[in-house]
Amino acid sequence: MIEKADQIFVILAHWLVSFLPVGLQPAALVLLAVVAIIVTFPALFAISVLLERKGLGRMQNRYGPNRVGPYGIFQPVADGIKSLTKEDIVPTSADGVVHFLAPVLLVVVVFMGYAVLPMGRNMTLVNLDAGLLFFFAVGASTELSVFMAGWSSRNKYSLLGAMRAVAQMISYEVPLLLSSLAIVMITGSLSLGKIVEAQNHYTWGLPHWYIFTPWGFAGFLLYAVATTAESNRSPFDLPEGESELVAGYFTEYSGFKFALFFLGEYVGMLSISGLGTTLFLGGWSAPLQILGWVPSWCWFFGKVMLSMCVFIWVRGTLPRLRQDQLMNFAWKFVLPLSLINLMVAATWRFLGEGWERWVVCSAILLLAYTLMGRAGMRQGQIGPRSYRYAE
Amino acid sequence: MSIVFFAIAGLSVAGALAAVTLKSTVHCALALTVAFAGLALLFLELDAQFAGFAQILVYVGAVAILVVFAILLTRGSETPKDGVYSTKWLLGLVTASGIFAVLAWAVLHSTWALPGAGGAPKAAPQVTVMDIGNALMGRYVLPLEIVALLLTSALIGAVIVAMHEKEGAQ
Repeated sequence: MIEKADQIFVILAHWLVSFLPVGLQPAALVLLAVVAIIVTFPALFAISVLLERKGLGRMQNRYGPNRVGPYGIFQPVADGIKSLTKEDIVPTSADGVVHFLAPVLLVVVVFMGYAVLPMGRNMTLVNLDAGLLFFFAVGASTELSVFMAGWSSRNKYSLLGAMRAVAQMISYEVPLLLSSLAIVMITGSLSLGKIVEAQNHYTWGLPHWYIFTPWGFAGFLLYAVATTAESNRSPFDLPEGESELVAGYFTEYSGFKFALFFLGEYVGMLSISGLGTTLFLGGWSAPLQILGWVPSWCWFFGKVMLSMCVFIWVRGTLPRLRQDQLMNFAWKFVLPLSLINLMVAATWRFLGEGWERWVVCSAILLLAYTLMGRAGMRQGQIGPRSYRYAE
Repeated sequence: MSIVFFAIAGLSVAGALAAVTLKSTVHCALALTVAFAGLALLFLELDAQFAGFAQILVYVGAVAILVVFAILLTRGSETPKDGVYSTKWLLGLVTASGIFAVLAWAVLHSTWALPGAGGAPKAAPQVTVMDIGNALMGRYVLPLEIVALLLTSALIGAVIVAMHEKEGAQ
């Protein structure tokens, strides 16, 4: 019974496919999985948007949406209908083809990342040997779509927003990759399935997740910072800083194309939360051994939604950074710290079992964090802001 | 030679041709990206996962962005009125065909140069990402270190070139 609940989607898919001729079955199985991904994650997108609007409302001491349905829970449906029926305006000076392709490319690329995420036991669409590499490779392509959107609009705000977004995404991709690299070093595999398997052990009923090690904890924090910047979320939402750039690279988008950008942003956040879950939070494994009877996919989606709540919480709490602060933070603090974390992970690997490695690794990381934070604060120009204009 | 191969090859060739013939420089850069992506798909079709993903990560993710940034920062994004074609297109065509012929000849004869490849072509050995990693960290560690040193010096050089000189500094 427990086994059945765990594998319910796999069993269901095989049952549905069994009506087809044998030759078509493998293709149909893949198609079914793709359809499931394309249906599930936009549904989660609707839930997260509602959660965000309600949650942010509460954090800002207001109600949030409460008109459509009981407690406003049908607000995403209303938003969807609205964006479908709105007029699609393309500026006359815009580059039509590129302007149209940008949101399409974004959504396609963002959905491709899900192909390698293990969403439960036996629930990976393609179990690639180099799954992590695939995820980062397709993730890197989103920058191009952001650039296409900003450039093709022929609008200075769009172009500035796109330049900011691309610069920021390139800068934070380095710590993102480096913090994940520590996991690859310890696991010895780029396959996401193997990374989850390596964490799915228990000692005294407690899990061996990577977040519960010194380097894993530091890596998770660095990963969280980098992902927040990668997905252009507050406090790193300068590319769409509405007080300066209207809406950044999608200023000139309206109607359903705007909705596609919105969808792309949230589905990207969900996928990168899924990767974080897989890398640091044990993927689909249960947080306690006695909870092993709960279906594995419940844990995966639960952890992803928890990460989304943290995203929303951070957005409701922190003010937006300035462009120079953003870049300094990336190159002078996050990047060196993730390099140090990589060395610490190697030290952890070669110190062997025992309590010494806990002390040594924690001490190195704490020392590096404190010293670099102090040094950064001392040389940081805290005081009146100086303006420098382009000549 | 499957349908997939011809579709991907068509995509790459179309992208490359568009990169040469289109008028707007940014369009050319984007078309070039399509050609890069097509090449990556070709690698994947040949079961070379690492090469394919590295191609996407480096070329689509980084080189394409670098190219469009360079175009935007050098004000080259405006389309010139008198076209973008060089007057020496015949010379270019001859050079390109020559290089293509040499490369094609080398590729077509390479199977015979492999040790142990007799009459019948052998099945390609299965190379996993792990094998590549082991080779890079074992047998080819010295070239890897040299490349790393070269890249680091290039990085430092770029920083020095781009560094904003402080006023009053000697």
